[in-house]
Amino acid sequence: MIWNETKECMSRDEMHNLQSKRLIKLVDYVYHNVEFYRKKMQAVGLLPCDIKAIEDITKLPFTTKDDLRDNYPFGLFAVPNSEIVRIHASSGTTGKATVVGYTRRDIEIWSECVARCFTMAGVSKDDIIQVAYGYGLFTGGLGAHNGAEKIGATVVPMSTGNSKKLTTMMVDFGATAIACTPSYLLHISEVLAEEGLLDKIKLKNAICGAEPWTDQMRLEIEKRLNIRAFDIYGLSEIMGPGVACDCKFHKGLHVCEDHFYPEVLDTKTLIPVADGVLGELAFTTLTKEGIPLIRYRTKDLTSIDHSACECGRTSARISKFKGRSDDMLIIRGVNVFPSQIEAALCELDEVTPHYMMIVDRVNNLDTLEIQVELNPNYYTDEVRVLESLTKKIAHTIQQALGINAKIKIVEPQTLVRSQGKAVHVIDNRKLI
Amino acid sequence: MFAKQLTVFIENRTGRLSEVLNVLKENNINILSLSLADTTEYGLLRLMVDNAPLGKEKLSENGFSSLLSNVSIIKIPHKAGSLQELLKVIDDNGVNIEYMYGLSIESTDAYVVLKASNADKVDAILTENNIETISCDTLSKM
Repeated sequence: MIWNETKECMSRDEMHNLQSKRLIKLVDYVYHNVEFYRKKMQAVGLLPCDIKAIEDITKLPFTTKDDLRDNYPFGLFAVPNSEIVRIHASSGTTGKATVVGYTRRDIEIWSECVARCFTMAGVSKDDIIQVAYGYGLFTGGLGAHNGAEKIGATVVPMSTGNSKKLTTMMVDFGATAIACTPSYLLHISEVLAEEGLLDKIKLKNAICGAEPWTDQMRLEIEKRLNIRAFDIYGLSEIMGPGVACDCKFHKGLHVCEDHFYPEVLDTKTLIPVADGVLGELAFTTLTKEGIPLIRYRTKDLTSIDHSACECGRTSARISKFKGRSDDMLIIRGVNVFPSQIEAALCELDEVTPHYMMIVDRVNNLDTLEIQVELNPNYYTDEVRVLESLTKKIAHTIQQALGINAKIKIVEPQTLVRSQGKAVHVIDNRKLI
Repeated sequence: MFAKQLTVFIENRTGRLSEVLNVLKENNINILSLSLADTTEYGLLRLMVDNAPLGKEKLSENGFSSLLSNVSIIKIPHKAGSLQELLKVIDDNGVNIEYMYGLSIESTDAYVVLKASNADKVDAILTENNIETISCDTLSKM
């Protein structure tokens, strides 16, 4: 099934024309409504009328996560708050969150994109779908929810955190689809196995995203649950889940190209590369009203393929991600930058700023251990003091990053000292 | 009277305790008593030694985090019930004990190393009740 055949299967020429038309409109829109872009364009002597077709996009400046942070919270919004109907936020590289706003039309387009993706993953109005992404500032929960509702499926808003309730309802409701992170789904498969419920579920399809995963992991999920699993991609800066999704042929993720124009850039020159060449993914939001972004650098490394797919869709496909061009980690679906950990630790007198993050996957769930050294002024002869200190550090990290970490105090001088670019992360998960 | 206790933070790794003891051995520092508080991740090795400041200095040179703290070495009769009687005196004054460990080196007397939440108050209580405390020096000469 294809949700919107007109858009998803249009010829490349038609798509080119549509993208050109929308880009011209977008540039005019941001020039007149977002001071940040007007100044950036003026700095390079660019006027809206200089953009005549989608190819002219390379004349436009890039946007980065730092730009969002520098204009925190609403500086890049193109409309007054009276037009914004929803705010979402994700973690930034330092303490401040990356904030995005949606107009009513943005939310409608978002639902449309998620509906396309979920349809691609075999979901229809006859399905009962459990949405087990977090509901809240994170785009995963509400984004998946709206898209599934648009299709007309029966949506069960599980959110995260209660595997037992999820498996019980999966059986009792006869849920046929689930949307969650792939690692969480693997965990769910274990819970089902432990409870002897594997042959009692009616699950057919899973739409997994918010963290990188391999084809091997997909096959493992499909085998354990006897279902089909699909990869959905998105990021809150661009919209949320639903920017791209893979079809049953699993040959890359179809981008909703009429709304999000993808470019894959050479990581050094930032010039777009040819199909099949690895580079950094950038998106331009062709139709967004709330916070339109031009050439937003995602830092995700991928390659692009513009050839037609066996499924009938003509949209460009991006390959599964091959890593990142920055040091961002995705732990249990949460974006984590080592610099955030550093900033949080610097607030605490009791520890030195040296740290090591050890990321692993135990029973299919991500774990984060943070090793710290004590400040010599806080050496103690009481276990109680050390225990309350580890709790305090864990709480500080939880407040700053929204993630639970195990804190391990190590002996002095055992952590690597910063000499230029120190290694602060050991990632034992094999995700790519 | 207080005695200086040397506390060393040790990660739970094979051979780490032995490395601490080796530093003490090489510097001819004698251990009079010890207690090891262990958790799954680390241990706190509390030592009564004949030269605690030297121990701290040498351990620090060898990359160990150590701390000197005031504890009381309390002399009690080497007979059943004497420790309970001591604790009753401390409890009656509403002081919480953080930890303690003992040693008996004479036939008539035993010694208990004790750290309370309020060390000064415990010291005063002991003096008031004529309970003898000794120094590390005294202990090391026994």
